[in-house]
Amino acid sequence: MSTTDMNTKANTTVLEIKNLSTEFVSKRGPFRAVDDVSLELHAGKTLCVVGESGSGKSVMSRSILQIVDPPGRVCGGEVLLHRHRTARGMGEEETIDLLKLNPKSSAIRNLRGRDIAMIFQEPMSSLSPVHRIGDQVGEAIRLHERVSKKEARERTLELLRKVEIPRPEKAIDQFPFEFSGGMRQRAMIAMALACNPTVLIADEPTTALDVTIQAEILDLIRSIQKESDMAVLFITHDMGVVAEIADEIAVMRFGKVVETGDVYEIFENPKHPYTQRLLNSVRELDRPSERRLAMREKRPVGEPCLVSDGVRKVFGASKSWFKKEVSGGLVAVNDAYLELRTGENLGIVGESGSGKTTLGRCLQRVHDVTSGHILYTNASGQELDLAPMSEGELAQPWRDIRTVFQDPFSSLNPRMTIGQIISEPLIVEGKLSGSQIRERVYELLELVGLPASAFMRYPHAFSGGQRQRVSIARAIAPNPRIIIADEATSALDVSLRTQILDLLLDLQERLDLSFILISHDIAVIRYFCDRIAVMYRGRIVETGDTEEVCTTPKHEYTQSLLSAVPVADPRVRGQKQRVRYHEAT
Amino acid sequence: MLFAYILRRMVWAVPLLFAVSLIAFALISAPPGDYITSFAATLSQSGDIVDQARLDALRERYGLDQPFIVQYFQWITGVVQGDFGISFEWQQPVGQLIWERMALSVTLALSTLVFTWAVALPIGIYSAVRKYSIGDYIFTTIGFIGLATPNFLFALVLMYVAVAYFGADVSGLFSQQYQDAPWSFAKLVDLAKHIWIPVVILGTSATASLVRVMRANLLDELHRPYVTTARAKGLSEWRLILKYPVRIAINPFVSTIGWAFPQLISGAVITAFVLSLPTAGPLMLQALLAQDMYLAGAFILLLCCLSVVGMLVSDILLAVIDPRIRFR
Repeated sequence: MSTTDMNTKANTTVLEIKNLSTEFVSKRGPFRAVDDVSLELHAGKTLCVVGESGSGKSVMSRSILQIVDPPGRVCGGEVLLHRHRTARGMGEEETIDLLKLNPKSSAIRNLRGRDIAMIFQEPMSSLSPVHRIGDQVGEAIRLHERVSKKEARERTLELLRKVEIPRPEKAIDQFPFEFSGGMRQRAMIAMALACNPTVLIADEPTTALDVTIQAEILDLIRSIQKESDMAVLFITHDMGVVAEIADEIAVMRFGKVVETGDVYEIFENPKHPYTQRLLNSVRELDRPSERRLAMREKRPVGEPCLVSDGVRKVFGASKSWFKKEVSGGLVAVNDAYLELRTGENLGIVGESGSGKTTLGRCLQRVHDVTSGHILYTNASGQELDLAPMSEGELAQPWRDIRTVFQDPFSSLNPRMTIGQIISEPLIVEGKLSGSQIRERVYELLELVGLPASAFMRYPHAFSGGQRQRVSIARAIAPNPRIIIADEATSALDVSLRTQILDLLLDLQERLDLSFILISHDIAVIRYFCDRIAVMYRGRIVETGDTEEVCTTPKHEYTQSLLSAVPVADPRVRGQKQRVRYHEAT
Repeated sequence: MLFAYILRRMVWAVPLLFAVSLIAFALISAPPGDYITSFAATLSQSGDIVDQARLDALRERYGLDQPFIVQYFQWITGVVQGDFGISFEWQQPVGQLIWERMALSVTLALSTLVFTWAVALPIGIYSAVRKYSIGDYIFTTIGFIGLATPNFLFALVLMYVAVAYFGADVSGLFSQQYQDAPWSFAKLVDLAKHIWIPVVILGTSATASLVRVMRANLLDELHRPYVTTARAKGLSEWRLILKYPVRIAINPFVSTIGWAFPQLISGAVITAFVLSLPTAGPLMLQALLAQDMYLAGAFILLLCCLSVVGMLVSDILLAVIDPRIRFR
């Protein structure tokens, strides 16, 4: 038995959070973002803090090191670091209460990054864009240890090697924007590990990454933890990730911890109703919606209504002035063949940069198409090719094919009332009079489950889920036939995702719609879509019935994608064989 | 990478300068009439009889009867060889007239720029980091006053104060005895003694706006995730602010050099009149009024060149500061 295992068995508590409270002071009085939270971190163990957005989990993690941005303020409790129990301890009893230290004092600065290190969600914005990777990683070493520049560089190279960044000698002098998202997160981890911290706080470190990269980052964190006996505080909203890596779980809601326990205990026997609901909504997602299956029984899927025939889209190509040939540029969509049938839900799945959004925009003909045809069958059964059409000719197809976007915060104009937002496409259409439009908007609000009082209010008064309902109302306003939902649920909490998808199904039944759902989330597609198309680097590598593709994927890329998706069940952890896909070049 | 970028920018500056010279020449020939017309007007005002034949002869001698494009080419070939033509009004080569004045103007502009930066940068950073503190309010108030006060008014006030309370000699850039003396170290010291008044006057309004620019930029950057990352690393507050957000917030600040340069020169005309500075501004105004086209043309061309050079300098500085620009 190694020392690591012994320590793990001994269950050494290295960090204790007792009755931690953090307030945000505003003119309307203080708001408690973290309310009386008590947690314990053990050496070599991972504690996952789970909660939906706004549950205070992030603020809690920042309170530990007292780096909450103002007006946030830690207002009570203790955070005890038992230094004598760690590798750094000198043997004698040494317990530090981090909250007693002045947030600007050198005492707490010495602990930050050395004893307790953090990694953050956005690898893009969490690294300075104008400093070299080596500089940012090496800085952490030079801050806490007296080493020469040369030595720090050596150690940085070693760290980059440890987090498996290819060609570290070159990477050390590169800038973050030259890295992919996964590589940036690796650099962040290297920076956090610079001084062998006792505690690693990871605040949603994989949320912004693709699933295959997420799986690799989780592997990396786990292997480093095993090596160094680090205690990890892992913050996430993804139950799949929790099942994958947690030893213990704390569920947070409205700033309070509602339930803590062992990972198996919580997954199999959740006590708090909120935990039960959270788990239910996750489990519900990973299988086909029964409602959808019942709907298809009643009304089977019809003929193809939107067909992409060999669509190709090249960005930034330089067209020669004399010849008509196209050279260079980025091929975003490469000879895509796809058909959407009436009354069907088609899912397009792929990782970031796979061209799924571009394909969606080409299908709607918001983008010009480099070559290929987009065959749309309109309400009167006439087949039109949208690809060569001018803007004037597209006016009607654009009313028939509409989009719901990903980000409910930036896709609504904050200066317009909900009524104005929803009525805009109707005003552009110019068929209805003012009072008719008003009536129609009230009807639409009811259809998407919003109160009539929403009409006069502005987007900021609504939550993410409600805003997405507004987006949907705007999309269905001119009586469309096809809706392209581009990551429409990605920005929402899990419990809201099913609600929005159910709303879309509801509308499908009432209004006779066909959907294209673009997503990176297999679970969402499995719930909502009848058929699925898998995209990889601009190509559609596999299409087929959703269940068939999900259970017996044929293409190797689909296999690797599916094997990387974390399953929300701790019992199957480590049993699934991960397939890695490398394109033959 | 950086060298290639600088070279590319330099090469681009050449056609730009050519276009600018064309526009400069078009602008000075744009007003109706020419130097001869205004010369005739001056003559007839003083009661002289103007002989049409004589005017035509003059026009022919100066080449003013030629079409625009021919005039331009005669002018620009001269300019390329360093000959800016003859000033009608002064009957002297333009080159002799402008160089010293241009040099003084550029010195004044550069000193003002340095002064502006030295004052605006620290105040901007302080105001952003200590947002809504008493210091921030004080600087903001002073800044707005500086922004709202016309330069010439401020010049008058400062002159009065300097003369009445300190007995300083405030007009011009040199004392009497150095006025026409050749350049020497003592003359330089004398220049330094005089130049601070116009520098402060011209600098205040620019400082005020730059403080606002820096404050707004830095406020945007202060709560970015990379700042939190640096804090979690254990960096001390001031060091991390100077190293990370300031470095990024300074970008728009650097871009201001491009337009600050020509603005400082042309915007200084009124102040230069009030302080009777021997800089380019007053002479240029006079040349424009008299339609002394070669003299005015030389000034406008040099001002345009300064803008182009200013832009070049700010672009290169930006590329040095921000690798993202270099790599595109």
